[in-house]
Amino acid sequence: MRTLKFLLQKEFRQIFRDPAILRLIFIMPVIQLIVLPLAADYEMKNINLAVTDHDHSAYSRELVNKIKASGYFKLVTYNEAYKQSLTAIENDQADLILEIPVHFEKDLVKEDAAKVFVSINAINGTKAGLGGAYLQTILRDYNQAVREKWIQFPRIKLLPTIDITYANWFNPHMNYKYFMVPGILVLLLTMIGANLTAINIVREKEIGTIEQINVTPIRKHHFILGKLIPFWILGLVILTLGFGVARIVYGIIPAGSFVTIYVFAAVYLLAVLGLGLLVSTYAATQQQAMLVSFFIMMIFILMGGLYTSIDSMPEWAKWITRFNPVSYFIDVMRMVVLKGSGLTDISRQLGIIALFAVVLNTWAILSYRKRS
Amino acid sequence: MQPDYAITAKDLTKRFGDFTAVDKISFEVSRGEIFGFLGANGAGKTTAMRMLCGLSLPSAGTATVAGFDVYRDNERIKKRIGYMSQKFSLYEDLTVKENIRFYGGIYGRSDLFIKEQTGYLLQHLRLEKEGNTLVRALPLGWKQKLAFSVAIFHEPDIVFLDEPTGGVDPVTRREFWNMIYEASAKGITVFVTTHYLDEAEYCNRVSIMVDGKIEALDSPSALKQQFSAASMDGVFLQLARKAKRTEG
Repeated sequence: MRTLKFLLQKEFRQIFRDPAILRLIFIMPVIQLIVLPLAADYEMKNINLAVTDHDHSAYSRELVNKIKASGYFKLVTYNEAYKQSLTAIENDQADLILEIPVHFEKDLVKEDAAKVFVSINAINGTKAGLGGAYLQTILRDYNQAVREKWIQFPRIKLLPTIDITYANWFNPHMNYKYFMVPGILVLLLTMIGANLTAINIVREKEIGTIEQINVTPIRKHHFILGKLIPFWILGLVILTLGFGVARIVYGIIPAGSFVTIYVFAAVYLLAVLGLGLLVSTYAATQQQAMLVSFFIMMIFILMGGLYTSIDSMPEWAKWITRFNPVSYFIDVMRMVVLKGSGLTDISRQLGIIALFAVVLNTWAILSYRKRS
Repeated sequence: MQPDYAITAKDLTKRFGDFTAVDKISFEVSRGEIFGFLGANGAGKTTAMRMLCGLSLPSAGTATVAGFDVYRDNERIKKRIGYMSQKFSLYEDLTVKENIRFYGGIYGRSDLFIKEQTGYLLQHLRLEKEGNTLVRALPLGWKQKLAFSVAIFHEPDIVFLDEPTGGVDPVTRREFWNMIYEASAKGITVFVTTHYLDEAEYCNRVSIMVDGKIEALDSPSALKQQFSAASMDGVFLQLARKAKRTEG
């Protein structure tokens, strides 16, 4: 135990003496938490729309106004020749073209049916897809409104339509920040935890001090604990800082208890730090460690369920996410922050993460050799 | 039960794949001796030393250090030895005192011992004013002397020094060797590798390694006689010319 005291003393001194590390630990998460959720928005705004209006009627102008008023679209060109709109797409100025044919008004009023043509620039898939969907909704609404105005009493029986009303449980206003902020906090914790431990030990390898440690009678698990504990504490400090930012900047207060979050985070950090240790035992240089953790982080982040929904992944990909600790914490964060789940509700995730922690750390201790 | 020899090695071998870095070396080092371990770059000195310190597992042969077997009791050996590697291995971002305290602590010395000995050590090294200076800020010669002092701070039986005076000026080298003599006078066995052949003259006995084998082992004066050379330089050159291995 005394050995551990000396090890911890040394680690903390080194951490607090390195301004770059301190900056990394405290300022970066705060800035990222403030910037990322505002930028990483699921809603699509500023879709550039080119309109070719061959009709020039009151109705066509009304339709265009309605689209503009939705707030999602920016009209880049309003012309009479489809070619002009196409040029706008080719120059990447427009994402969508709406072509309103001649006799649009006439057809709509007299024939009770009108056609418009929507053409999508599918280079930016998400933007085009969402833009197309928005436009369809607006057109449908418009269509409905026009019909109601003109058909005083139905000459033919209107098709029955099913209107869907939504109730968004647990996040009534569908405020995406409520699930983005806790999610980003999880990612930050994962990245900082795994990277710092990996880099820290590999740095000692590079400088050569690890050899000096290996030639002392120090016990392996003491050495590893001496590395784990400081970063474990730092991780919890970052989490606290993160919730401070979430509350002050976004007004997010978890519906559930902080105890649940911290219990889970404490175990989760052990797993993540264990991963960092494991990387460090295999990497010989800081570059190697960085590349390996970069690779792992990419998969963790993209398959963690924050930016992409796990439910809509193919079966094999879902299987991979089961080995991704990030996905469990994001799950738990949302359950606790939005739904107010307690320890019993998250016991399955907690158990799995505990298993991660045990396996990764045991593996790390076993593969750490004092003698080559 | 005091072992007669501080270090014994019999047919000690280390292979890395097809490459035999250390090829069946055998020798004994008496207690309190200053034992010089010479050889060109890549002759296998460091590898041999790492096996004795428990940093590297031998491929074959036997060896004991402080009476303990290097295979079974390597963690016990570690309590009895000090080691100063080729790479400078104090923490540059810790102060002089913090480094001493850390290494003293992990060798299990008491707080009182650490406190008293730190004061004595700083005084001895004339570093009293630099106690709270970061090691990074010290000149190389001082760093090396400090590293040696830290390596013997926990009063080991044997200290292993791997090219301790590399890159150090002649005056500091001289001072460094005075420190080695002081340690030896306290009964610490010194096992030292070096490139500087004048330093070989300071050793009680010297072994010269060529291509992983020990080609000569005796006191400097006996070696000079044997090879009819005026200095250790002459002895070394005669042996090193036989080397087939290129540097690396």
